[in-house]
Amino acid sequence: MALKGLDIFKLTPKTNCKDCGNPTCMAFSMKVAQGALDISKCPHLSADVLEKLAESTAPPMKSLTVKAGDTEYKIGGETVLFRHEKSFVSKSLYAFSLCDTMSDAEADAALDASLKVDYERISERMYAEFISVTYEKNADRFVELAKKAMGTDRGIILNCTDFEVAEAAVAATAAAKPILNGANASNYEKMSKLATDNGIILGVGGVDLDELYETTEKIEALGNKNLILDVGCRSIKSAFEAAVQIRRAALLNKDRVFGYPSLVNVGALASGDENMQAALASLFTLKYGSIIVLEKMTYATSLAVHGLRQNVFTDPQKPMKIEPGIYPLNKADENAPCAITVDFALTYFVVSGELERSGVPVNLLISDAGGYSVLTAWAAGKLSASSVAKFIKDYDVENKIKNRTLIIPGKVAVLKGEIQDKLPDWKVIVGPNEAVALVKFMKDFAS
Amino acid sequence: MPFKKPVQKFSAAINAVELGVGENKIVLGGQNVMPFYTFDNEIANPPKVGAEISDMGFEDQVQGITGFYADCASVADMAKKAAALDSVDFICLRLESADPNGKNAPVADCVHTAKAVSDAIDKPLVIIGCKNDEKDAVLFEKVAEALQGKNALYLSAKEENYKSIAAAVGLAYRQKVGAESSVDINLAKQLNVLISQIGVDGKSIVMNLGSAAAGYGFEYVVSTMDRVGAAALSQNDTMLQMPVITPVSTESWSVKESIATQEDMPHWGSQEQRGVSMEIVTAAADLASGSSAVILRHPASIETISKLIKELI
Repeated sequence: MALKGLDIFKLTPKTNCKDCGNPTCMAFSMKVAQGALDISKCPHLSADVLEKLAESTAPPMKSLTVKAGDTEYKIGGETVLFRHEKSFVSKSLYAFSLCDTMSDAEADAALDASLKVDYERISERMYAEFISVTYEKNADRFVELAKKAMGTDRGIILNCTDFEVAEAAVAATAAAKPILNGANASNYEKMSKLATDNGIILGVGGVDLDELYETTEKIEALGNKNLILDVGCRSIKSAFEAAVQIRRAALLNKDRVFGYPSLVNVGALASGDENMQAALASLFTLKYGSIIVLEKMTYATSLAVHGLRQNVFTDPQKPMKIEPGIYPLNKADENAPCAITVDFALTYFVVSGELERSGVPVNLLISDAGGYSVLTAWAAGKLSASSVAKFIKDYDVENKIKNRTLIIPGKVAVLKGEIQDKLPDWKVIVGPNEAVALVKFMKDFAS
Repeated sequence: MPFKKPVQKFSAAINAVELGVGENKIVLGGQNVMPFYTFDNEIANPPKVGAEISDMGFEDQVQGITGFYADCASVADMAKKAAALDSVDFICLRLESADPNGKNAPVADCVHTAKAVSDAIDKPLVIIGCKNDEKDAVLFEKVAEALQGKNALYLSAKEENYKSIAAAVGLAYRQKVGAESSVDINLAKQLNVLISQIGVDGKSIVMNLGSAAAGYGFEYVVSTMDRVGAAALSQNDTMLQMPVITPVSTESWSVKESIATQEDMPHWGSQEQRGVSMEIVTAAADLASGSSAVILRHPASIETISKLIKELI
């Protein structure tokens, strides 16, 4: 049963010492009640009070740290079912697969192809964070592949329900902290011990939700709460039901047994069908897959799915921004004209998309406008003649680009005179009001 | 302790709106649970998939699209070919040629095309205009007159032109009005209210809440649909209970990921596959967020999304 802020407040020292980083004990208590802070952040609570509160104030869904090479990611820790209610906090992570039935050449080719998909999109690295290695029949090959995966900068998922084989694979890859996905109703005791001994996350599976629930309960009783729940691959429908029910049980019913991140193997659900795997990756990115395993990562799948993820896991209260700077489009060089706009990601996408469609070389200047759209930035004073002039100076535009034409957004046509005054060497031109008119505008401009 | 399954069944439901006539007519909406939550309650009408064709043809499209329609001599032939696919529930005809800033084809020509397409197929028809508010208003009135009794859906009436479109399509010729807003729950509701005030039954309205390709501000689409769904089901807001239709194809096939050629971006691989993935990922996300119908262009996308729906229902 969740405690209210006031109930927690009664147990604090009420000294407002600020040691927890909050101005008052009351503020601290309210945050703990919302699940935003952990009760242990207060250093002055006695052990029995802590114990009393720890269970009832723990967030409904555990947040775990996973390792992908040297990078650490959080999975889980969600507090809402829909992003508009607050925000999703831990983005879905993706994996591609290797299996011991692959020949050396096949495994190398698969590894090579999926590792190549690695790029940056709006200041975020886009790639498959994990390699999922599956044991089918050849234990030595399996361990070998796991080691091979360890040689990359990706995290490792070991899919293996056979205890002895799992033990060997974990021993070989322990330094990389793999996720051991292999506990079930019949092997959970040994598997759980193997995972806790190595300090790694244990993946739990079951033939249905009831068995998964009971097994998870039993593993928790052994003291292991470092778990991820495998939604299974009996059918797309049952995997979807499991992903939704697990998250809903945790957040809606406050059922902590299911308060763990989930793993969905869409590669196994739609084996050999790249298009269906893309569809499922999309579905489970929206509906509660913490780690989504595909057979392979291709640019085609990644460009769409990673883009979707980047959108969905933004904080609704913070605008999505892109890095200010000079973006040459259509192979623009120093002789191409400049067009300036704001750093709101949506504006950038629409404007750069239309400019690219026009085919006319142009240097798109993205100025720091606090992530606001053109009109909002203008109203807030973040897009002004001074800010434009400052950008030209700060980014050394006059030395980098010879052309002295600057196209400004039509919506801030009023700024033209003032910008012209501040940049006397430039020819300031007012662009269209809407991005959609840019193609025609640029073509007319170029001719 | 056994697992206690949470259930979210609502007393309110999304309106069930019929499109088309005869044995191939379809019903959009009708569900009283969240998208694909069949474990909460049965979903009577699975989401529907429409194939988009254009009266300007698909000459500059990728091989999988042009190739599919290669043997078609007319727009009506294209419609017939797409309608023959089992995975296609309805045909969506885009009257692109009417655009005053483009070919500016006369209304009469478009009416002729629409009539020919309608006569060629036995599946429901959705008409998309040319995105010019004034031309669409005239266009829809004439097309609706020509397609009387066909129970087609017209996309879309917007804040700028809803009056004449709603009056012609919804009242005079008794067909279905698409209400298009731009990814904002309040705007969506306001337009539904305005169209209802003209006298169009709420059950003759289908919403296009606006869309984006995955990666291009799609978070607004997700949250708008989530909130509209919540208002419709848990708050019984009758002005937001219209089923949602999402034209996925236009957005998906116009972003960089789908139009950059392989020569431009060699490491990105096949342009066609990139476009298909973008269309599929966007459509799956729209459906997961609550669309009752999606409009797609590539035969491979149509097949995959149709299969996804069958697997989930």
